Amino acid sequence: MKQNIVIVGGGIAGLEAAKRLLRLGYRPIIVEKQDRLGGHVAQWHCLFPDMTPAGEVVSGLIRDTAEANIFLETEISFMNRLRDGYNIMLSNGISVIARAVLFTTGFSLFDAAKKEEYGYGVYDRVITNGDLEHWFNTGSDKRVDGGEIRAMGFVHCVGSRDEKARNSQCSKVCCITAVKQAIEMKKKFPDAAVYCFYMDLRMFGKKFEDFYISAQRDYGIRFIRGRVSEVSEDIDGRVVVKAEDTLAGKPVKVKLDLLVLMSGMVCGRDTESLASMLRLPVDTDGFFKSRNNVSAVVQSPLEGIFYAGACTGPKTIPETLAEADTAALEIVSFLYRS
Amino acid sequence: MDNIFGFKLSPSSTIDMDKVDFTLFDKLHELEPDAWKCMACGSCSATCPAGTFSGMSLRKVLHCLQRGKQKEAVNMLRCCMLCGKCSIVCPRGINTRHLILSICKLYKED
Amino acid sequence: MIYQGKQKIWADYQKEIPDDHWFYVRSCIRQNFFPGAERMFLEICRGVLGRDFYETPSHTTCGGIAYHCDTIPQETVMTIVARQFSLMTEAGYENYVASCITSFGNYIEILETWNEFPELETRIRELLWKACRREFKKPKYVAHASDLIYKYRNLIAEKARYRLVNARTGEPLKVVEHIGCHYSKMFPSKGVGGAEYPYVLCGMVEAWGGSVVDYPERRHCCGYGFRQYHVKANRGYSLSNTYKNFESMEPYHPDMIITNCPGCPYFLDRWQYVIAETEGKTYGDNGYGIPVFTYEEVAGLVLGYDPWDLGLQLHQVAVEPLLDKIGIPYRPEDKYKGVDRKELMKPELPGVLRCC
Repeated sequence: MKQNIVIVGGGIAGLEAAKRLLRLGYRPIIVEKQDRLGGHVAQWHCLFPDMTPAGEVVSGLIRDTAEANIFLETEISFMNRLRDGYNIMLSNGISVIARAVLFTTGFSLFDAAKKEEYGYGVYDRVITNGDLEHWFNTGSDKRVDGGEIRAMGFVHCVGSRDEKARNSQCSKVCCITAVKQAIEMKKKFPDAAVYCFYMDLRMFGKKFEDFYISAQRDYGIRFIRGRVSEVSEDIDGRVVVKAEDTLAGKPVKVKLDLLVLMSGMVCGRDTESLASMLRLPVDTDGFFKSRNNVSAVVQSPLEGIFYAGACTGPKTIPETLAEADTAALEIVSFLYRS
Repeated sequence: MDNIFGFKLSPSSTIDMDKVDFTLFDKLHELEPDAWKCMACGSCSATCPAGTFSGMSLRKVLHCLQRGKQKEAVNMLRCCMLCGKCSIVCPRGINTRHLILSICKLYKED
Repeated sequence: MIYQGKQKIWADYQKEIPDDHWFYVRSCIRQNFFPGAERMFLEICRGVLGRDFYETPSHTTCGGIAYHCDTIPQETVMTIVARQFSLMTEAGYENYVASCITSFGNYIEILETWNEFPELETRIRELLWKACRREFKKPKYVAHASDLIYKYRNLIAEKARYRLVNARTGEPLKVVEHIGCHYSKMFPSKGVGGAEYPYVLCGMVEAWGGSVVDYPERRHCCGYGFRQYHVKANRGYSLSNTYKNFESMEPYHPDMIITNCPGCPYFLDRWQYVIAETEGKTYGDNGYGIPVFTYEEVAGLVLGYDPWDLGLQLHQVAVEPLLDKIGIPYRPEDKYKGVDRKELMKPELPGVLRCC
């Protein structure tokens, strides 16, 4: 087929774009390096602000893209530009000539172990936001099930807005995710004290502020404005958390039975290698650089290369889906033009 | 014990949340769900006619109660004139006068 | 605590330490507080292990104490350090090892600053030339003396006569390792194990049979803090910091503390007496304190040196209960005998803290 469209990444951005292209009469090829579709969202439990089950969103998209050509456990080995298209060599030995390529390669979750002072991977009862969603889904994690939970806390901005972690960008969704998870935990453990250690709370999205107010008013979540400075473990295996209570101007200390680190979105591990194949520009934050951050977010500087979702920066799910739809339309009009 | 050294332990300024007794505050929260709703914007303190002279600040009162510093909170509240300006400006719509009266009832010191 | 998690971090912060030929510089204060420590370091490195360690009587302070007390400017401390380097150059050495943690931090900080601001290095070379007509090469490698004992820890273990084990129960001793702040907090990559979970002393404790106590305030300053101690009006803060450490380690009932900084063993040792006198509180068994050692003293003990030759009688906290635990013999009547068995004065025993 001379109008091949290749979508790199089978997360929600890739699936949404594929769904849109299928409806417009195209049959895109999805290349996914994992053995399953749905990316990060497939491993999430519930989505803010209406607690929609993440599995429903993903399974709906998978159902709607059944007609697409899907290669699982496949990576891009090599890619080069032709006169009017791109030559793509896949790791399964197949090569494709495509008129348009859509990168929906997403993000990586910041490796919380890099913030050594928080003790992820060292202390028994320190987990990440991802681990907690996994626990919501499976109900088994010995770090959570290890004992009674009388007090627990969330550390916002782990590896985000942090030049020491080489990520100065805001990861955007962790504030509301922490509030969501805090409420979920409070529902599970009504007698537990639940703390959120934050620098700013960025409640920008629809109904986010309602969520935050409800966390305060209805669930009594204790918000402490101040970044956690260090975490240690006491003789009973409880987590000792220290921070500055910036509203009091004094240090604050609390012992917790569980600490959740809100790992932020950082650029995908493959971004740099993919970008270098086509000499695509990468932004200062390590994400792909759009042609224009206001008016051409889904376009790359190269003809026929498009972006959607978190491969250009941290995004919420609705933003990702909207971008995927935009990208699909842009691709179709590009093919129509040329 | 006499101190022959000329120096001694300094008290820690750390707020130890484990030592804060939340019994009264939990009661207050039951009575006034808005007790946790403050986002520390400071509008109440900026508009408070007593604040400039007496150190009264509703934002600080709530924060003190949330950190177990009842004495400080009650002392500040003594200067409140219940004028209600804070309830006019509060962006979270907290019924501050009602809240203050509830605090006074619960935390009254003889 | 997940031990493998720590091992992963330790693996990230290992450094290649040259094995031999070192230019050794002493600390300003250690010989007064712990007079056997530096002697034991040289004895182990030269005598026991046959390595080449050179030292010169011409070397001075590195200026670190004054620098951290804010009494001399950075140019001055840099020029002092430049002179130290010129002594090393003159003696034909390239590896520089400091006995003091603050010196080590000072050297690293200055070399890194010169790296970032080469014009400053040029200026210091001029200042040194004007001051004393000296020139220098920068060291190829700067180590702290504890890095070397860490490197030689297994060789020492092979030759050891005692292990950090309770002789009666066979249980490993519970050892608190306390790292000097200037070792790796400023430049984590320059310390073995990094800044959060330094391994330099853990490695020694593990190699010599003990088990490490990881208590919540393990990162906290010993209490020296330079201006906190040197300015008498601030001295209560110094004491309070030490107190914080002891309150935090108390539930673990540590048998001993091992340190690698000049200030830490001093303050962790002496302030136990002041805490006992002012607060009536002691932290060891039966009214004793928790004995505090330098790593060289611990190395000397496991190698079987006489405790009184190591200068352990100058500790405030009695070391005898620990010697008994390990099964190290000592003659109580010789505790206060000096060179040639000359009788030294016996100190008065404190009222609260139990001593021998």
